[in-house]
Amino acid sequence: MDRSPPFSAFARLLHWIMAAMIVAMLFIGIGMVSSDTHYGALVAIHRPLGILILALAAIRLTYRLFNPAPPLPAAMPVPVKAVAHLSHYLLYALMFAVPIVGWSMLSAGGYPIVLIDAWHLPPIVPHDLALYATLRQAHTILAILLFLTVLAHLGAALMHAFVFRDGVFGSMATLRSGRRRRSDPA
Amino acid sequence: MDERNTQAGDPETYRVGRLLAPRNLPAVAGIGILLAGVATGFAYVGGWLSPSRLTPAHIVNQFERTNGLHPGFRRNHPKGVCFSGWFESDGTGRELSRAKVFAPGRTPIFGRFAIANGQPALPDMPAVVHSMAVNFTQADGQIWRTGMNGIPVFPVPNVQDFADQLAAAMPDPKTGKPDPARMKAFLASHPASARAIGIIKATPLASAFANTSYNSLDAFVFLNADGRSTPVRWSMMAEDPFQAAPTPPPPGSKPAKAPPGDPNAQFTALLDRIHRGPIRWRLVATIGQPGDPTNDPSIAWPAGRRQVQLGVLSVNRLEDEADGACRDVTFDPLILPDGIRPSDDPILSARSAAYAQSFRRRAGEPAPVSAVRFPSSAGSVR
Repeated sequence: MDRSPPFSAFARLLHWIMAAMIVAMLFIGIGMVSSDTHYGALVAIHRPLGILILALAAIRLTYRLFNPAPPLPAAMPVPVKAVAHLSHYLLYALMFAVPIVGWSMLSAGGYPIVLIDAWHLPPIVPHDLALYATLRQAHTILAILLFLTVLAHLGAALMHAFVFRDGVFGSMATLRSGRRRRSDPA
Repeated sequence: MDERNTQAGDPETYRVGRLLAPRNLPAVAGIGILLAGVATGFAYVGGWLSPSRLTPAHIVNQFERTNGLHPGFRRNHPKGVCFSGWFESDGTGRELSRAKVFAPGRTPIFGRFAIANGQPALPDMPAVVHSMAVNFTQADGQIWRTGMNGIPVFPVPNVQDFADQLAAAMPDPKTGKPDPARMKAFLASHPASARAIGIIKATPLASAFANTSYNSLDAFVFLNADGRSTPVRWSMMAEDPFQAAPTPPPPGSKPAKAPPGDPNAQFTALLDRIHRGPIRWRLVATIGQPGDPTNDPSIAWPAGRRQVQLGVLSVNRLEDEADGACRDVTFDPLILPDGIRPSDDPILSARSAAYAQSFRRRAGEPAPVSAVRFPSSAGSVR
């Protein structure tokens, strides 16, 4: 029995593609800065993947503004709902902040922002070494914050699935067609 | 309360007490274990669980231990000056690479000449390894950076040997000088490095920045417009006639001392030279044949390999680091335009990672005061 209406198929597709990309990105990022041998190859994936995540985040935010998420179960206490909403604001904010800070950081460091082959992006902040140092540090801190937020999100999702069993997990993790929206029969 | 009622949305569902009820414990514990596992995997990939892993931070820490900490300076080759000028190509290189820099015409460049050691204020010796780093900015905004040295091969074949060599060169706390016995032990236990260092020592050093020919050492891959790839190593061949530096005393004998007088003699000579006119280098690609190692910069390619002249670098102006464009960038060897790709040389990735680490550290420190200062616009020839 599934109580919540699911997210639309498009929202679910974006969510799961981005989930895989963001988790891969976090591991690539932390792995490359601690590797001599694989640094070069991993950076070459890290840059275009980060920009792709930024682009998808923009599409996703726009879509979300016009297609609100299904409501949380009415029985969820207000403070728990507030935490759920805040954690999603934080996820969205970090999906933008981490790549934008990464792009800014390369700009401030006087690096070219190479995506692949001849594809590259313009700098978005002035070349400034002190600014580079700050942004470089911020990129790491925000990325670790994103990792912790993703971890909390995963934990909460599994709690909905296996402890609360309230249909919230199923609203994102279902293969059911999104067009068959059902209103809450309660 | 049965399952159905829980699903129907009972506020009881979300009570903390219920999460810890015996029937929910396996699920709650399983989720906890899963999250801990993911976090542990993240920490493992980040190297936090393996302190002995050779990371870029370890390499740069070793530079700081061997050379001392000099805030604001590059962790290697810290003593240098900036230059600018242009690179002029006649289009010959297009056969090998589609990079715009090899199309006919001029590309503006800036770069840096430096002494290849780790001390920012060491008085210049008559015999030093000179290094040249160049930034080419193509008309389409793509950038190529390359750091080259006036030696024939890289002294080590891999990163571990690099770290070992650096550790062997660490000054003895008692004497303040490297212990020759440690370097001897390093050479004995690292035959590939011993062979490469033998080749370097047997090759005469040039007397000055201007008559040094600089080598990429690492191999790269050129990719042309047809998609054909070619392994190459490149060199900046000096147009000024080669003059050998005085032979340094053999290791183990009395340590070499800088002659009394100008502590920046190498840079003064460079400034004198540019007052007589632009200094030029021919950029030449040496084409690797099947079997020539691209993954080991400590091994020279056989003599007689085909060479293609890609263009001429003209250095027209010198500036000290406070005024020039070179101080605030890193000459990461993996900053490449379309048409040039990294080879399978593991030193390339390690250099890129170490340069990034050095750059990150010095960026957060106060701007350094270079030992080499030029009077304003002293180094211009145009």
